[in-house]
Amino acid sequence: MAAFRSTENYIASRDLEVAVNAAIALQRPLLVKGEPGTGKTVLAHEVAKSLGYRLIDWHIKSTTKAQQGLYEYDAVSRLRDGQLGDPRVHDISNYIIRGKLWEAFESPEPVVVLIDEIDKADIEFPNDLLLELDRMQFYVYETRQTIVAKQRPIVIITSNNEKELPDAFLRRCFFHYIRFPDRETMERIVQAHYPDLRKDLVREALNVFFQIREVPGLKKKPATSELLDWLKLLMVEDLPPEALRAKEGKLIIPPLYGALLKNEQDVHLFERLAFLSRRAGA
Amino acid sequence: MFATVILALRQAGLPVSLTEYLMLLGAMKARVAEYDLDDFYYLSRATLVKDERHLDRFDRVFGEVFKGLERPPGEPAGEIPEEWLRLIAEKVLTPEEMAKIEALGGFDKLMETLRQRLAEQKERHQGGSKWIGTGGTSPFGAYGYNPEGVRIGQHESRHRRAVKVWDKREFRDLDDDVEIGTRNMKIALRRLRRFAREGAATELDMPGTIRSTAHNAGTLDLRMVPERRNAVKVLLLLDIGGSMDDHVRISSELFSAARSEFKHLEYYYFHNCPYERLWRSNRRRRDETVPTMEVLRTYGPDYKLIFVGDASMSPYEITQVGGSVEHWNEESGRAWLERLTGHFRRSAWLNPVPQDFWGHTRSIGMVSEIMEGRMFPLTLRGLDDMAHELVR
Repeated sequence: MAAFRSTENYIASRDLEVAVNAAIALQRPLLVKGEPGTGKTVLAHEVAKSLGYRLIDWHIKSTTKAQQGLYEYDAVSRLRDGQLGDPRVHDISNYIIRGKLWEAFESPEPVVVLIDEIDKADIEFPNDLLLELDRMQFYVYETRQTIVAKQRPIVIITSNNEKELPDAFLRRCFFHYIRFPDRETMERIVQAHYPDLRKDLVREALNVFFQIREVPGLKKKPATSELLDWLKLLMVEDLPPEALRAKEGKLIIPPLYGALLKNEQDVHLFERLAFLSRRAGA
Repeated sequence: MFATVILALRQAGLPVSLTEYLMLLGAMKARVAEYDLDDFYYLSRATLVKDERHLDRFDRVFGEVFKGLERPPGEPAGEIPEEWLRLIAEKVLTPEEMAKIEALGGFDKLMETLRQRLAEQKERHQGGSKWIGTGGTSPFGAYGYNPEGVRIGQHESRHRRAVKVWDKREFRDLDDDVEIGTRNMKIALRRLRRFAREGAATELDMPGTIRSTAHNAGTLDLRMVPERRNAVKVLLLLDIGGSMDDHVRISSELFSAARSEFKHLEYYYFHNCPYERLWRSNRRRRDETVPTMEVLRTYGPDYKLIFVGDASMSPYEITQVGGSVEHWNEESGRAWLERLTGHFRRSAWLNPVPQDFWGHTRSIGMVSEIMEGRMFPLTLRGLDDMAHELVR
């Protein structure tokens, strides 16, 4: 049985590995939640890569309908063809447009399907996919055929918790909540992304980073992806580690903080705290 | 096989069903977690918990159940067969270590002491220098520093270490009984949103029009749908000053979370109990107040009224004319509260004071009675309940 492990550029905790492997073994969808920027979407890419499967990415928007993942009937084209006297019009299957799930079900080799940000869709969206994800099959009314998955795909679903998902849907999934990584894991993640980054710079950067995360009242705490972006900027700017060092445990405003704090209220709050902490030290 | 866990989880209020249980058994059968307790814990967590709010409760229950497996209650702790102990010791100890055991007076002496200690010891133990447990300097236990030590439970089963994983309770702040930060609050307040399509048909329904035109064989057939909008209107009344100062931070978080959720959100402040005047800005509360009657006239009964306050005050402030601590009120607080709740069809009171302490303050009970029990703690669960109450 194929099993998922941390790769050199994606550090998965043991509990995540177990959850992914359970989903692979039982061929059930895996629902992944967590703070934004903790690598939910990247997980699907890495699972596909480490198993050597193709990834089919279905990104959900607020207007996405479950039906679009299966197929769509293009009535407009058919109408136009009918008026122009095109012979194609007699075969309705010419106007069936296949969706992402159809594509996945038809594939002769197993694939990984990523249903990204399922909570963005309408509240009924998960319910409409219940049977399709459970049995991995659906019925096309227009052509009266049933599409059955040749190989049950590995389905990974991400959610940002904007909507509650229905119980019936949850019952069919494995669930994993990606916790924010601790310092040790974070160092490994940084190592995986920027292997040639200087050790002392990483240490100072992580100090600043975790200090910022602990500031109470931040609207959006910086997460892994923000840290990685910030480190990249630090590398490009070639800043010395000294620039990040706080004196006697005081807050400093880190250089290039725009990569970490994404919200003007947060920046404002942070500046005020840094000012207070400077004044307290003086 | 793991029915105990399932039952305990259900008892703790986690929505675990037979489907999940069978799924867990299926995964065990497929050997996802092979003879590793940590993996089993991770697997059962991924299978049985579907909401991060329940993770902490799951950890607690798992710990409870697991403790039971570790040492069944009622059975004396000391009855470990000697051969078994000897076997572990022989398996784990190197010859050098075996030689060092002689320092304590030989193997039999060591075992004798161990049995004594086991008999004396009743609880799981960590650290220290005498009792059997983990991380200590006693000759008995795991991860210790005594070279003469007998390691128990380290290579055998990793029980004690495994316990630690859930003993850490890393998901505590996701439990829905704790107070809330801005992020959690948003989720709960979304419940209040009602994406109801209501009102007149105003928007051209493109897919509908195309579909029905195609069905009409090309004759244009316009279809309309009502505009989709967030129909929830909220009037927030926030208690400020005095006993509320402790809770101002939480309230302002609620307020800022709420502001991004509703199209119509109005807010006013009051102190302790609403009377005939409310105010918009706390800084100018002395000179810029709005008569409460005007608020009642301005906002229709379809607004949902939410009070945020600790409702902790002198009972006179509610019941008596002139009971207010700040001014002479012509009508009692109760009269105003009843007027407000009577005007708005839906109303609720959010209380930042932990629910366990409500019984200690008389005025909380009085306000709750006026609100007909619609007082909710300012926790995620409380917000959920409130939202259910308001949209019902």
